[in-house]
Amino acid sequence: MKYRSVFDIIGPVMIGPSSSHTAGAARIGSAARSLFGRKPQRVTITLYGSFAKTYRGHGTDIAIVGGLLGFDTFDERIVQSLRIAHDEGVEVTFIESDETPDHPNTARLLLEDELGTAEVVGISIGGGKMEIVELNGFELRLSGAAPALLIMHHDRYGAIAKVATVLAENKINVGYMQVSRKERGTHQALMIIETDQSVDKKVQGEIEKLEDITSLTVLS
Amino acid sequence: MEFRTIAELVELAETKELPISEVMIQKEMIAFDRSREEVVNQMAGHLDVMEKAIERGLNEEGLKSPSGLSGGDAQKIRAHIKKGGTLLSGADVLDTVSRSMSVSEVNASMGTIIATPTAGACGILPGCVFTAAERLQADREAMVRALFVSGAMGYCIANNSFISGAAGGCQAEVGSATAMTAAAVVEMAGGTPAQSAQALAIALKNMLGLVCDPVAGLVEAPCVKRNAMGGAIAMVAADMAMAGIESVIPPDEVVGAMFRIGRDMPTSLKETALGGLAATPTGKRLEKRIFGRDA
Repeated sequence: MKYRSVFDIIGPVMIGPSSSHTAGAARIGSAARSLFGRKPQRVTITLYGSFAKTYRGHGTDIAIVGGLLGFDTFDERIVQSLRIAHDEGVEVTFIESDETPDHPNTARLLLEDELGTAEVVGISIGGGKMEIVELNGFELRLSGAAPALLIMHHDRYGAIAKVATVLAENKINVGYMQVSRKERGTHQALMIIETDQSVDKKVQGEIEKLEDITSLTVLS
Repeated sequence: MEFRTIAELVELAETKELPISEVMIQKEMIAFDRSREEVVNQMAGHLDVMEKAIERGLNEEGLKSPSGLSGGDAQKIRAHIKKGGTLLSGADVLDTVSRSMSVSEVNASMGTIIATPTAGACGILPGCVFTAAERLQADREAMVRALFVSGAMGYCIANNSFISGAAGGCQAEVGSATAMTAAAVVEMAGGTPAQSAQALAIALKNMLGLVCDPVAGLVEAPCVKRNAMGGAIAMVAADMAMAGIESVIPPDEVVGAMFRIGRDMPTSLKETALGGLAATPTGKRLEKRIFGRDA
């Protein structure tokens, strides 16, 4: 079932004009910010398909930047987001791609600062819902609807079991799980776990300390 | 409290002797482990946002979208009603139309709205619920319940067909909104769950095949006027269902037809601004004016 809640249908509360091109775009920006974990200094946003063609009229650009600044879909500051980004020292560049994407409403976001980078690809699937389909070259599907752990780990037996054990000991149920790697033998894999309960700092710490775990990002 | 189709939803409501709104509220509480208060209050908050959007569109002077393609028509309808001349379709229909257009115009001007189910179709449900409440002297609770009915119907449509113009054309967007809304106002008027489902079928049948062909790709022309007419169709469909009229084709099959029609619809007529009204000489001229380039 793609749509699970009554508020997927009656909602979101949002700044117009388009649930897919404005609200969904803001949610992609906001998810990218969470995945990066902090405010970026530079962002390069590549727009594809219908996003590339109509973004100025729909405010797709300002919505993505609003999301990157941490604004929700209904935050009226979205309208001023390009100016606010400038004032806060976030450098934003837009690229209109004429490549044909798999999904008509696709955006690729490259977030950077002196500590690192994150590259996130999101699609806006309608009614304000979005999915993150790529993170740093790893394919995945992430809706942002449930709390999620994104764990970079050594591509080796037992890594998944160790994480699952920590969750089980803390009575955290796994709703959905996926494992992604670029190709076999690259030694790094990404494990994505959507949980029914939120995962607090203590549990996050336990997971980070595990052998074979490189990094942990929490999307709540 | 599980349902996937409109038939299952109606059966559940009838077996448990509950209105559709109550089935949806309880399903949401169970599925997301939330209290009734949380669920109902969130929806009541949505109703408040809808009301503010209606008031803004009807009262704010000089409301225009950034492109200049839309704004101010809701107020023209209101002024026309106030003039007191003969109204061909009647003041109730035109009240609905003015409210539906109002929300849609606020959306185009980057104002705050509730996507129902999408922003492109955001005017229909508020326009009808607020007009029906006025006619029926319904209280706030009945209006919030109507939003749950519409959400329940939209949930069935979205999971069996589509709700976005990019996926299934305008029939999926304004069509779904009109159908969901017709079902909602039937419950407000005291109709049965089965009558709500019939209103949905009658409304959606009259939207089948509608393509998504927005000028310059913007949610403005023809979207604002399609919200207006969606509101009018929803109210008439609700009255037809209340009169005991039934759709020859059952509700779920109408939704299935919408899905197949949308699947067969060419990409040029699914929000790409490559066909239909967007591809007319005037549509193309406007696109060039707004974006400074050819389509």
